[in-house]
Amino acid sequence: MNGSASLTLQDLTKHFGAHAAVCDVALEVEPGELIVLLGPSGCSKTTTLRLIAGFVAPTGGDIRLDGRSIVAQPPHRREMGIVFQSYALFPHLTVARNVAFGLEMRRMTAAATEARVAEMLRMVKLETLAARLPRELSGGQQQRVALARALAIHPRLLLLDEPLSNLDAALRQDMAREIRILQRAGGITTIMVTHDQTEAMALADRLVVMHEGRVQQIGTPEAIHARPANPFVARFIGGSNILAGRLGGSRRLVLADGAVLTLAGRYADSNEATLAVRPDSVHLLAPDGNARAEGEVELCTWLGSVVEHVVRLGPDTTILTRGPALGRDAVRRHPPGTHVALAWEQDEERLFDADGNALAASVTMEETSHA
Amino acid sequence: MTSGLAQTAPPSPEHAPGSGVAWLERAGVGLLLWIGIALIGVPLLLTLYLSVFDEKLILFPPHGYTLTWYAAILPNFAQPILTSLELGAAAVIGSLLLGIPAGIGLSRHRFRGRGAVSTLLLAPLTVPGIALGLAIYVMLVSIDEQFGSMITGSMIGLVLAHVMIATPWVVRLCLASLTNHERSAEEAAASLGAGPLTVIWRVTLPAMRPGIIAGALFAFVISFENLELALFLTSPGVTTLPVAVLQYLEYHIDPLVSAVAVAQTVGIAALLLVLDRFVRLGQVVR
Repeated sequence: MNGSASLTLQDLTKHFGAHAAVCDVALEVEPGELIVLLGPSGCSKTTTLRLIAGFVAPTGGDIRLDGRSIVAQPPHRREMGIVFQSYALFPHLTVARNVAFGLEMRRMTAAATEARVAEMLRMVKLETLAARLPRELSGGQQQRVALARALAIHPRLLLLDEPLSNLDAALRQDMAREIRILQRAGGITTIMVTHDQTEAMALADRLVVMHEGRVQQIGTPEAIHARPANPFVARFIGGSNILAGRLGGSRRLVLADGAVLTLAGRYADSNEATLAVRPDSVHLLAPDGNARAEGEVELCTWLGSVVEHVVRLGPDTTILTRGPALGRDAVRRHPPGTHVALAWEQDEERLFDADGNALAASVTMEETSHA
Repeated sequence: MTSGLAQTAPPSPEHAPGSGVAWLERAGVGLLLWIGIALIGVPLLLTLYLSVFDEKLILFPPHGYTLTWYAAILPNFAQPILTSLELGAAAVIGSLLLGIPAGIGLSRHRFRGRGAVSTLLLAPLTVPGIALGLAIYVMLVSIDEQFGSMITGSMIGLVLAHVMIATPWVVRLCLASLTNHERSAEEAAASLGAGPLTVIWRVTLPAMRPGIIAGALFAFVISFENLELALFLTSPGVTTLPVAVLQYLEYHIDPLVSAVAVAQTVGIAALLLVLDRFVRLGQVVR
């Protein structure tokens, strides 16, 4: 087994003509770790994966597997198992022959190949379909064949390119769990690419959030969710409300349209600042003058388990709040037009300067001493 | 090929079924369909009819009917038929050897001069056969004069010319069969350890199979039926069937030629039908 290699991306860069598709991507992947490259479509996460696979040659930087550079190696020598978005099964070969392909390339004996194919098909629960052709299988089954084919060769690295995006919602969660279990069981270092943050959260040991070819933040799903590094990550991961304005005094944020918010923390004066706060951190209160902000409910949406309110703070500014619809903490539903106050805790708010760097609440000490 | 008719008249959702306009539309389409079938079918039927006339000259109405003309095909045309079959086979092999790599290259790689290569490979389709035949003839004669070779009127000259007119079809059909094929299957094969040549052999070529078979078939038919090029390039020793038929027609007007035409049509139609069972030609040739 060589299923637990470490991977290092060092300042990996890829230009297509004048366009920099991947910029200085640096990443250390531990053996056995599952890393998810997450970002909106067109953020070059797939290009990054193709660089690792060797289908695209980098313009600069290095890729090291277990400390050894593989940049000069062609794809067929890299020993990576890849599952493509479209599964990319060989249409003219049966399921068993698809899974056997990589083993035949390694000149494994017929008996050993057969045994390994049987083992892999058992693992993905497709023993009974071994003689079928890919076109006779459902999407989920094709997906499993692709996974079995990739894992059969004991890859040093497993690369998954949007592996779940062609499956319907119900199947997607099953498959995500299955991938996680197989990956854990084999201890295979895995890089997966997706644009779906739920999928990413569910699978990743660590997330790499990418945008426009650059790494925005690397961390565990929990850490990124709690402490997004910049407004982009805040919006992309938590669906945060992003409110840009100017700091007026250490706790006042004056938005461009004149709306004024009272921040939970105190911040060193910085001219321009952007507030990010997740919808589920914003609570609705009756107006009492002590709120972070006040506004008028514009829309109240009931989504079964949660209730969402869109609250207008100023001519150009609305804020989204979300809370449970059921249970002890159920949120009261406010009809449009209701005047409400909004509040959130200090550790739920993130403030960024004009360059997108997080600002630390400087006077936390004072507040904790009050408590 | 067989599915062509079913697609001619899509139901028009704008008109309620049975309304006057819809009826007129359907009648119009039907009429055109039958005119088309008649244009193709009537000459064939007439040829078939002529080929069984029991007459030395084509007289109407005939004294009687006979199949002796069919029996006379081989004694009269054995050598040209053999030549045409050999030539067809050579044209198939040559055009596949050129056309398959060209198809793979053009569909899989972006390189400088790709547009030019593509145009060049498809160009013979646009030049009239007579002009091509004359040009090749003149070229071969000057090569022979220059180097003292004997290509003009030889099998080699014919094969080269036929490869040239057959290759565009092979290239087109190979390209068509690859446009539906996903690039990622080849990348998957590479990731599983297959080197570039193994990928082509194990993944790309199998995916191209329908296109290759259809291309081979077209190459054969194009070569077998070609008259214009052969007119210039055949010589007394090396005569293809179409040229032999033409020469025969210069001195005889009897039903034998009709019998040859029918036999040839039936043979090629049978070939098409058999192949259609293996590869759905309708999916490749669009």
